[in-house]
Amino acid sequence: MPRGGLARGRLSALAIPYGWLALFFLAPLALVAKISLSKSIIAQPPYEPAFRASDGLAGWLEKARMFSVAAYRGLGEDPLYLESYLSSLAIAGVSTLLALLVAYPLALAIARSDPKRRSLLIALAVAPFWTSFLIRVYAWIAILKDEGFLNHALMALGLIDAPLTIYATNVAVVIGIVYSYLPFVVLPIYNSLEKQDAALREAAADLGAGPLATFWKVTLPLSAPGVIAGALLMFIPAVGEFVIPDLLGGSDTIMIGRTMWNDFFENRDWPAASAGAIVLLILLVGPIVWFERRQTKGQGAQ
Amino acid sequence: MTTARFPRVATLVFGFAFLYAPIALLVIYSFNASKLVTVWAGFSTRWYASLFSNTALIASAKISLQVAAISAIIATFNGTLAAFALERFGAFRTRSVFVGAIYAPLVIPEVILGLSLLLIFVALGVDRGFWTIVAGHATFTMCFAAVVIRARLAGMDRSLEEAAMDLGAGPVMTFARVVLPQLAPALVSAWMLAFILSLDDLVIASFTSGPGSTTLPMRIYSQVRLGVTPEINAMSSLLLAAVGLALLISAIASRKRDS
Repeated sequence: MPRGGLARGRLSALAIPYGWLALFFLAPLALVAKISLSKSIIAQPPYEPAFRASDGLAGWLEKARMFSVAAYRGLGEDPLYLESYLSSLAIAGVSTLLALLVAYPLALAIARSDPKRRSLLIALAVAPFWTSFLIRVYAWIAILKDEGFLNHALMALGLIDAPLTIYATNVAVVIGIVYSYLPFVVLPIYNSLEKQDAALREAAADLGAGPLATFWKVTLPLSAPGVIAGALLMFIPAVGEFVIPDLLGGSDTIMIGRTMWNDFFENRDWPAASAGAIVLLILLVGPIVWFERRQTKGQGAQ
Repeated sequence: MTTARFPRVATLVFGFAFLYAPIALLVIYSFNASKLVTVWAGFSTRWYASLFSNTALIASAKISLQVAAISAIIATFNGTLAAFALERFGAFRTRSVFVGAIYAPLVIPEVILGLSLLLIFVALGVDRGFWTIVAGHATFTMCFAAVVIRARLAGMDRSLEEAAMDLGAGPVMTFARVVLPQLAPALVSAWMLAFILSLDDLVIASFTSGPGSTTLPMRIYSQVRLGVTPEINAMSSLLLAAVGLALLISAIASRKRDS
């Protein structure tokens, strides 16, 4: 078989999913890149140049000359986009750190439980992922509102006199993101903790390390791949999150997913939204490539 | 080795309380007689009754179930082929592009996927509606399906297939009698995962839907933006109960299989 060649049966088995992804994922992304180089006009579709098969090659070349980087220049000049990127990265970053602080002890507690109960506990920790994301975010509105459950409870306990304003702030968005993405973080951390050999901890203890030193020097470093995987699995989609900032955030909560949504549906500035999407993709794909390289390097070393 | 019992149990209690309290409150207050969502005024099932007379909501639920069922079938089919290509085909040209196209949609923000799908449908002159949502959902869920099925394929013993071939079974026979039965549980979980992801999706559906094809999450979302209502609580509780039941059945089924 020639290098890179496939038998006929395999070729057709590959062609179906490959063709599907080419049509509904790769081509659309290429189109986003193309439209980000177009000008915004008031028409249908609201951008120019629009390529049509009937134009022929000459027409296409003519239109390609109309490409402009105006949408990208616009991004740099539009404080809304710059602020959206920065605040999305900040909100997703803070949420990811908090989620790690919640998820790590939980994953550790599950990993150190009776082996017979472990699989049930981890299944329970992951189960909320299967339920509707929208509904889980919605549930927090009733909790965080000024007259919501949290304020009722805190006032009944006499901890506060006036209701706390949490709903419609960035704090609510962070709580919503931590809650919604927690299963994504718990699972990889649990997997790396569960694989650890208890004999390593016993050896550390025999050599005179206290429980804290054992944790810092043995348990935590060995679980680093799980922590990194969990953090990336959460951080990347959280940066582009739309539902949570829209439902729990206030009008001053600016996140890139929401800004692009508004540019698309309300301002109908498709080139700007497309350029925003391309920049976001580049920002997010960077860490994945880095993580992949790290993984393959780690495997090579073993 | 089990470590100190108290901190471990306390962590478990706090962790699970955080995960489940919001869901529990939502379900409890769906049985609240009052229209005020956070003040308890006695037990009532009136919101469930009013739910079933909300024809728009029921129509959307039907659309969502149909979209989810059909797109999950396409996703499982495509995902199976993709899993074989990744696990069994070895090197081929542009494999890295294919790998990237399978894994990228797992993490790329949904807004980008939705936006790019809308652009391609507009550029191709396709009227948006039921089938464009199906295509959009089948695309991102096939990647999840491929990952689930690939994991199962990687763990399968290939000597069984080789034995079947040695005994004279052709490739089709080997696939149907040896590979498929081993793969079946993964196919079922891939379909379920795709079904649930589709049923839950708001963003991609919003970009790819057209007039007359409002899915359930789109309907819930537009009502939630206007405020919390006990009717939405009731709707949510029904959905949670359905998912809970499905999880329970699959847990029992897998326990039976293992024993």
